[in-house]
Amino acid sequence: MTAIKVTELSKTFNGLKAVDEISFTVGKGELFGLLGPNGAGKTTTINILSTLLRSTSGHAEVAGFDVSLHKAAVRRSIGVVFQEPALDIKLTGRENLEFHAMMYGLGKEERKKRINEVLDLVELQTKAKVWVENYSGGMKRRLEIARGLIHKPKVLFLDEPTLGLDAQTRRHIWDYIKRLNKEGGVTIILTTHYMEEADFLCDRVAIMDNGKFVALDTPGKLKDILGGDVVSIEIDEDSEHLCSVLTARSWITTAKQHNHVLHLTMEKGERRIPEIIQIAQQQAVNVTCVNLRKPSLEDVFLYFTGKTMREEEASQRERNLTMIRMHRRKR
Amino acid sequence: MISRAAVQVLWMRELKRFMRAKSRVVGALAMPLFFLAFLGLGFNRMAVPGVASDVNYIRFLVPGILGMSLLFSSTFGGLSVLWDREFGFLKEIMVAPVSRVSIVLGRVAGGVTTSLIQGLMILGISIILGFKIESIISLGGALLFMVLISITFLGLGLIFASRMRDMQGFSIVMNFVIFPLFFLSGALYPLENFPMWLRIVSYVDPLTYGVDGLRSVLIGVSTHGILFNLFMMVTFSIGMVALGAYFFERTESA
Repeated sequence: MTAIKVTELSKTFNGLKAVDEISFTVGKGELFGLLGPNGAGKTTTINILSTLLRSTSGHAEVAGFDVSLHKAAVRRSIGVVFQEPALDIKLTGRENLEFHAMMYGLGKEERKKRINEVLDLVELQTKAKVWVENYSGGMKRRLEIARGLIHKPKVLFLDEPTLGLDAQTRRHIWDYIKRLNKEGGVTIILTTHYMEEADFLCDRVAIMDNGKFVALDTPGKLKDILGGDVVSIEIDEDSEHLCSVLTARSWITTAKQHNHVLHLTMEKGERRIPEIIQIAQQQAVNVTCVNLRKPSLEDVFLYFTGKTMREEEASQRERNLTMIRMHRRKR
Repeated sequence: MISRAAVQVLWMRELKRFMRAKSRVVGALAMPLFFLAFLGLGFNRMAVPGVASDVNYIRFLVPGILGMSLLFSSTFGGLSVLWDREFGFLKEIMVAPVSRVSIVLGRVAGGVTTSLIQGLMILGISIILGFKIESIISLGGALLFMVLISITFLGLGLIFASRMRDMQGFSIVMNFVIFPLFFLSGALYPLENFPMWLRIVSYVDPLTYGVDGLRSVLIGVSTHGILFNLFMMVTFSIGMVALGAYFFERTESA
């Protein structure tokens, strides 16, 4: 059974292709991720699937209903947590949930029960009577997730569900999303630009860039494409020559250069590091840092698009460096 | 097709927001009351051409100011969709599995209620200032016209809100729609004083019939007669809400 079926879907805003002929299917009970940098077209895709935007061309079905022909039926089957806050700040948390529950036609008893359940879940019970105006960003986010769950949707759309949340809350929400999916059988489509999130949560991930899918598979298989380990070496300055010399080696499967960092994939990376450094020195390139790791989805993104996820660049590099230090200490 | 729970919850939301925005209510009441006080006091001793000699100007003015308050509060009520868009809440409303008609009805119900509360406050203050209402029937008639005026301009506000992407066009609507509607309606002066061509323009202004209707029931003075005013207002209110709903249905809300 398919929960979502999309064929050659496109959306153009003033001549700009936000979504460019994407096709995919999501099975019932699947946890499907759209991964990509801001502006890749993830949110536009979600907005079309949740009936908020009309597609320019192509075809999309959610829970068996065409999103442009049977809007009401689609709306009944889905829950949406938007990227931007969509709360009435002049109402209390509970009133926002109450509003939602009534819009979705829940009876009085069920309303009360479900609202208390979801409030417990996101630990907002004590703040339920406070105006949302006075909530922190994280609290608003939790309230919205709670709201999206009240009516037990068949398909749940989560647009950057943990954006701006602290690590602990994020972990908490991940666990819940997973439980909801595995035990509740809810089909979940989430967008994210956090690699770990897609990796940890999703059964399958579509990597999106400039409105197109560049890859679609399970996180494991996506990472297998790269084969073995990723060795990143930081060098003084970009050197095309070094890059091509390394690519010529048979044991290196891929080599990509980006911002003074050379990403190489190979089997048994830890055994190859001395040799790589030697080669670099022969080419008169100074290596300042080395990092060995199993490939992440970030590497997959880099492999397919030739660049790292733009806004992730700074923080990602920092993380790499800390990892190098940690690895060094271990070895 | 129409979900009662949705209409009810949208209505309740408008009421709660209204009750919680006390400064907004005070602000909304201030302008009509200033008009009433300053125009009323300024012109009261003067014989305004076209106003019957046994009707003093304040008496003539009160229904007009009532119409003005309803015009402003209701149009803004319709335009408040734009605020919801700005704050993202519109998406929450639009993905809900209820018909767009229910959403429009809920908004209209909420807007009519809050506009009516403001109108009644102005009527109350007028009574304190010496305005007399002859009978309970005339009060009932006034309420009926107030509701119809309110529905009409909520519809108008919705039409504009559906055509606009953000609050940028707000002052344009204010200056080129709301104020002309107000001045053309005869709220402040009898339309008999207008040159013929302007009078013809005023006949397409719904508020003309609303204010004239309010005058006919409140002070017994009317140009068009109660029944014709009633007929026009019923037509306008249904037409505007239908158009508002039509445009609202067609907007993209993301």
